[in-house]
Amino acid sequence: MHTFAELIIVLIILLDLALAVTGSLSSCIRLVAVQGVVAGLLPLMAGAGAPHTRALLFAAVIVTLKGAVFPWLLMRARDKSGARKDVEPLISYPASILLCIGAFIASSWMGSRLPLPETQVAWIVPASLATIFTGFLLITTRSKAITQVLGYLVIENGIYIFGLALFVEQPMMVELAILLDVFVAVFVMGIAIFHISREFDHIDTAELSELSDWRRGEYGK
Amino acid sequence: MITLMMTLPLAAGVTAFIIRNDKARRALLQWTARLHFLLTALTVWMHVRYGMGLNLFSGYFGGLSPRDHAPAWFAYDALGLFFIGITSLLFLGAAHYAVAYLAAEKRDPGEDADAGFIFNNAPETVFTGCLLLFLAAMTAVTASRNMGLLWALVEATTLLSAPLIYFHRHKRSLEATWKYLLICSVGIALALMGNLFLGAAGLKTGAGLDLPALFYNAAALDKPLLKAAFLFLFVGYGTKMGLSPFHTWLPDAHSEAPAVVSALLSGALLNCAFLGILRANAVCAEAGLADFTGGILMLFGFLSILTAALFMLGQRDYKRLLAYSSIEHMGILALGAGLGGGAAFGAMLGALSHSLTKAGLFFTSGVVLASEKTKRIADVRGLWRRAPATAVLWLAGFFLITGMPPSGIFLAKFLVLKEAIRLGHYWLAGGYLFFLAVLFAGMAKVFIAMTFGEREAKAGEKPFEEPRGMLVPAAVFFVIVVSLGLYLPGWLNMLLESAAAGLGGAAGAGL
Amino acid sequence: MEIIKPLSQYLAVMLLSPLLLGIINRVKALFAGRRGQPLLQLYFDLHKLLAKTPVYSRTTTWAFKAGPVIGVSAMVTILAVLPFAGRPSFLSFEGDFIFIIYLLGLARFATVLAALDTGSAFEGMGASREMQFAVFAEPAFFLGLTALARVTGQTSLAGMFGALTGDTWRVAAPVLALLTASFFIVLLAENSRVPADDPNTHLELTMIHEVMVLDHSGPELAYILYGASLKLWVFGSLIGCMVLPRHSGSWATDCGLFLLVMAAVAAAVGVVESAMGRLRLTKVPYMLITAFAFSALALIFQMGR
Repeated sequence: MHTFAELIIVLIILLDLALAVTGSLSSCIRLVAVQGVVAGLLPLMAGAGAPHTRALLFAAVIVTLKGAVFPWLLMRARDKSGARKDVEPLISYPASILLCIGAFIASSWMGSRLPLPETQVAWIVPASLATIFTGFLLITTRSKAITQVLGYLVIENGIYIFGLALFVEQPMMVELAILLDVFVAVFVMGIAIFHISREFDHIDTAELSELSDWRRGEYGK
Repeated sequence: MITLMMTLPLAAGVTAFIIRNDKARRALLQWTARLHFLLTALTVWMHVRYGMGLNLFSGYFGGLSPRDHAPAWFAYDALGLFFIGITSLLFLGAAHYAVAYLAAEKRDPGEDADAGFIFNNAPETVFTGCLLLFLAAMTAVTASRNMGLLWALVEATTLLSAPLIYFHRHKRSLEATWKYLLICSVGIALALMGNLFLGAAGLKTGAGLDLPALFYNAAALDKPLLKAAFLFLFVGYGTKMGLSPFHTWLPDAHSEAPAVVSALLSGALLNCAFLGILRANAVCAEAGLADFTGGILMLFGFLSILTAALFMLGQRDYKRLLAYSSIEHMGILALGAGLGGGAAFGAMLGALSHSLTKAGLFFTSGVVLASEKTKRIADVRGLWRRAPATAVLWLAGFFLITGMPPSGIFLAKFLVLKEAIRLGHYWLAGGYLFFLAVLFAGMAKVFIAMTFGEREAKAGEKPFEEPRGMLVPAAVFFVIVVSLGLYLPGWLNMLLESAAAGLGGAAGAGL
Repeated sequence: MEIIKPLSQYLAVMLLSPLLLGIINRVKALFAGRRGQPLLQLYFDLHKLLAKTPVYSRTTTWAFKAGPVIGVSAMVTILAVLPFAGRPSFLSFEGDFIFIIYLLGLARFATVLAALDTGSAFEGMGASREMQFAVFAEPAFFLGLTALARVTGQTSLAGMFGALTGDTWRVAAPVLALLTASFFIVLLAENSRVPADDPNTHLELTMIHEVMVLDHSGPELAYILYGASLKLWVFGSLIGCMVLPRHSGSWATDCGLFLLVMAAVAAAVGVVESAMGRLRLTKVPYMLITAFAFSALALIFQMGR
């Protein structure tokens, strides 16, 4: 059973790598959705014995949210914004993937250094850290507003996996509040993307640079 | 009582979305604010009168194990009570200001002289509704006793305030909103990581994320994990609080939001984020890590003062200037909390005075904007000729915020300085004084030029009628701050002291 | 008596390896709905070419003639080291996996040198592309073998595949799966199969490997073709040994199964070639970097285990 969970962890890391090299916006959205679903199912695999009703219910909520609702929202934002269909990275794909691997090496080193409780599933801590890093990579090196939302979701996935690794059981109410927050965040960001595309005619965040103390923008006249 | 305080703005906020009548909705906003303030005042009075829970957080239990009690989600201790007091008072002023502001905006929808385009405003229903829900979320943040819940609620404040920043529907405010949303959401995601570490630190004790339980078991917490938890929580909530170098969203959001929202962000929201850090700090201090956390708070506090001072020089936009001043004060608060002892008391007093002063200044800046139709400093000259009352408040606000005696801010800055010297941080004290001087000089140049200066007559300029409803809240706030500098009532002193004690560890011991 | 088994294994490899290309072509033909070449087409070609007289350009030197010979002899040597069905061949020593990587490099170097020796612009272009891809493929291959050495705790190829059992798969399934994927990608690239290169292309501008051997003729072309089929066997048998951990059964069944797996690997290559289009030239490094990422991940996984 644990080998199976380990395979899932490997899958999550491979999804990170895939996210780092995927050029198409819609496949990025799908990859993030798959990662979310896989992460949501992980606790059912890793736990010993039959899962509790609570865990099942929670997994169901996560899978619906991350697997169906978020991709739908994001796809809608993408279609409405009429954006170009690729992610337009600021660095080349090989650089992205090398950064990803570097992050994974660093996170396995960190994972071995952190005084964490023993986990039964190998690699869960490095995988979560690498996922968080991939999220940051998506936010910083992609020029679209949607990819930044995707990066946020990937970070969220990573933190979720990290939580599994630490065995921190939060009360149901808190977990649901967190999920609600993430949901509303994606929702609000989706609306914001729609407005951005209307105001700016595109969703390239490089254009969002009027407010700055470094550049002589509006106020330098 | 707490339930009532939270559900009142919640219900009012939801109602505001469906009320069609402008007058009724504005009345709802005002009356909710008044009622909320009344409830808060009552809670404060009860706590002061009967001394409930004014000690450390753990004082609730009188030495009993927290397991004997069912963990409550919401309860007030002195620290939370202090911050909700500030928030509620601020919201009271903001609500009155907002009513006058919304009426003015309705008559004369926006035209941005800087960029030269005309824009629409967000529907007033959404604005009012989000404003009230924002209050509900902040009330819940200050009352929350579970770090997980605290996290979720702080994130909720981010999401609820984003539509407020995007009230003026144009490119620049949209840009500010996007940065605010993204930077704060990602930052706060890191705080979630911190929560997980915190949970892992207390795994053996079974404390979970319940604050009293964490206090009770503080000695048994895993130290390295606790340090990691504090770092992540600090970065996460520090982003939201606007500490340098995580402050990048703050000047944008504050300068583009309507004045009333800027005031609430600066005066209430930053405090809420600070509360998150203080809670983590208190747990760490209880576990004997006060030196570690204090050092971090001091470092980033000082860095924020430095950043604010550097960015204020040569600033071209007066609302951004005020935003950097907020960063400076957040730096002072962090510095004070890090130093502990008398400085912790100073930090609390500073939080109160800064919130009121900065809110007043933002309120006034809204009037300046309405009068001059520009945020560019260079274009505002001789304000006192056109709007004398506004000019007086503008100048008064400047003297208060830079810490001229007598004011609460002067007292706060002085207490922090005194503690730094007492503890032998001479370099820190020297740098602190130097950058405060730089700040003073930078702000003085701007404010004096704006108030006096030679006014050029602009063609076709109509005489400006100063809206009284927008000036009175600022005036009241300034009067309160001045009187804080002259006289601290006994009950407030007690509240401040116990709030400072709520910072825990060395801070409490220093008193 | 013990010498007979390795000897017959070796002989089988030498005889059967051209068959792999035949299988690939048949699978492709099947997918395209054609009848396709006969299975033994490469044997016929080799026979024909060996009987011909080579033609040399006047600009060429000995390097041009040496290229094919060095290439094919490097492959023959590698196959003497490589295990068959998880059983050792003649040669086996500690660290021999580094030895075979160097031999592969030597073969590539000789081919490239021969291509440059012709002085043709096209062949120079092909040579530069070949080297460019090798830069990405070699680290992936090397890291993969290193990871395998870590998994099994052996440093000779025979030892590695000898130690690989069904239990290893049960314990280290993620690592081995990643390695297999990585090796398969390297196989496609090193043998100029479709996503990286098209063996059937007829336009010099798009060729990579084929363009380098345009000027060879007669027996030397036969050496090159034979060498290519041996190279396919080298990578194929690595994958075959990976997915078919040695059983304790008899030698004959093991060998039979192994040959079946080899045929399956060839068929898989055919399927990939039919299902995928050729990648744009600039995208090929991405594919190889993916292989590198797989190998690196496998190694990291194994290191932290």
